[in-house]
Amino acid sequence: MRFTESFRVAVDALLVNRLRSLLTMLGVVIGVAAVVVLVAIGGGAKQLVTSEVEGLGSNIVFVAPGKFQLGTTPALSRLQLTDADYLNRVLGRPDAVAVALTSAENLRTGTNTFYATVQGTTSNVVDVFDRPVEKGRYVSKADISTARRVIVLGPDAAHALFPGADAVGRQVTMSGVEFRVIGVFKAKGGAFGVSPDAEVHIPVTAAQRLFGMQTITGFATKAESPDEVDATGAKMVDALKRKYRGDEFTAVSQTEILGTIGRILSLLTLVLAAIAGISLLVGGVGVSNIMLVSVRERTKEIGLRKALGARQRDILAQFLLEAVMLTSIGGLIGIGLGISVSFTLSAFSPLPAVLAWWSIALAFGVSAAVGVFFGVMPARRAGKLDPVVALRTE
Amino acid sequence: MDGVSVDALRGVSLSIEEGDYAAIIGPSGSGKSTLMHLLGCLDRPTSGKLLIRGRDVSTLNDSELAELRNQTIGFVFQAFQLLPRTTAIENVALPLVYRGVRRAERRKRAAEALEAVNLGHRLTHRPTQMSGGEQQRVAIARALVGEPAVLLADEPTGNLDTVNGDEVMAILERLNKERGVAVVLVTHEADIAARARRIIRVRDGLIEEAAEEATGEAVGEATGAAS
Repeated sequence: MRFTESFRVAVDALLVNRLRSLLTMLGVVIGVAAVVVLVAIGGGAKQLVTSEVEGLGSNIVFVAPGKFQLGTTPALSRLQLTDADYLNRVLGRPDAVAVALTSAENLRTGTNTFYATVQGTTSNVVDVFDRPVEKGRYVSKADISTARRVIVLGPDAAHALFPGADAVGRQVTMSGVEFRVIGVFKAKGGAFGVSPDAEVHIPVTAAQRLFGMQTITGFATKAESPDEVDATGAKMVDALKRKYRGDEFTAVSQTEILGTIGRILSLLTLVLAAIAGISLLVGGVGVSNIMLVSVRERTKEIGLRKALGARQRDILAQFLLEAVMLTSIGGLIGIGLGISVSFTLSAFSPLPAVLAWWSIALAFGVSAAVGVFFGVMPARRAGKLDPVVALRTE
Repeated sequence: MDGVSVDALRGVSLSIEEGDYAAIIGPSGSGKSTLMHLLGCLDRPTSGKLLIRGRDVSTLNDSELAELRNQTIGFVFQAFQLLPRTTAIENVALPLVYRGVRRAERRKRAAEALEAVNLGHRLTHRPTQMSGGEQQRVAIARALVGEPAVLLADEPTGNLDTVNGDEVMAILERLNKERGVAVVLVTHEADIAARARRIIRVRDGLIEEAAEEATGEAVGEATGAAS
């Protein structure tokens, strides 16, 4: 039998039981749509994180004590503020290395409080990172040398502490010590992890005094070009290892941070897609079930076709095609549904939907394959029917 | 099926000639349907031989058997067995589908076959829009369209009134006479059987009588038993 003929017969059979065909497809539709949506959301999350990390600035290298691995960093750093000048000399660029002494504190005004990440920094932070100040000014060299109690607020912190008012010039209390607001950062935005808008910056010397520490947390610098990133990091690590013999230091670039986050998100996306894929499998079982019913209903027709000269494989092809069409059409509808849900989600949430063509192709391929896999058994059964018995069936 | 095998036919020996007009007659359960299925290659004998145009059916695989049915045999069933949602012309064209004939050619030949059973005006009607007699004539056209050597008709008038039954019989006889196609009827009605040139009586799985020995080339020859 010609393929076009089998196709026509299959279409007819599906149209005769429109509602049943639609309901059977639904399992596949939902499975495919779920895969497409989840992969799109996963892709969107990755894009968002990437743009956030890249938004920090370009070619940035972080250097910190210890080996860079999740969960374990040394509690105590031996790094000194003067090491910044040492590293500047090593790199041959004055004022290239920014310093960070990081903690988190509760900030208070008369009535409001805000829990913020506190960065004790040097004046060159605004040059290393892309952190423009919207109002007032940033920490100056003079602020550092005199350990002046001044503070630059992230916009979220400013809004929480001084709602509807200009924060510059006002006082903020942190661990019982008063700080004067000298500036407010421009908003950067962000939805994952710690938003940079919630940070506050104070002179590193004031931070050391506030926290009672002589050390600092780590360094950051901007490499002169993307190619220099690794070399710059290595130079700084080598220099620090020379100075602090026996200690470990690690340089981490934005690319490496992105790589780690990217791997985690990809894995997460894959796991979610696999779970969604299970519903495709369940849909396939439904297809198998309905095809068995269809074979039983049309036993007489099968007997007749055989009597008229249909071979086993003609009958098999007819029913297999019917099953594959059922799941393929379901797959196409599912892809359409998945795409529209993805777009709707990204329109109403901060998460962008990134449609991956591979997930769409894969979802369609899998749904067609589900049709073959779950259609073969009923179709074989139909093909093997004894025409005499089949014709006698009422 | 349940471990018990019952022979429906035993020691049968029968030969159908080109252009034959035979009636297989016998009471219910006598094995005449089984004989019919054997002749139609729907069943294979458990022992013995069925030769169609000299070819032993038991040596054929599924595809070859299907092809043999398609090329050589036209079935007419008591319950018509038309596809309900399909037009007359497409029902008639069905055997040609399995022969790989193109659509346009199929329709042309199906229209001719319907013309031959005086249904040229009913091409696009569906079975539900036709009377029993018309439906059986569609079924005859379908059996005819592939130009088979034998028409096997299983109680072709069983679901029809006398007028329609006579018309169906007249068409079968005309085809037998004009086209030389062998007609084998299965019936339990004596007056229908009496119209045939040969009467084959089956009782308890045995052929009792094969009236009037014919001559000529054998289309089908069966010897042996079937369960």
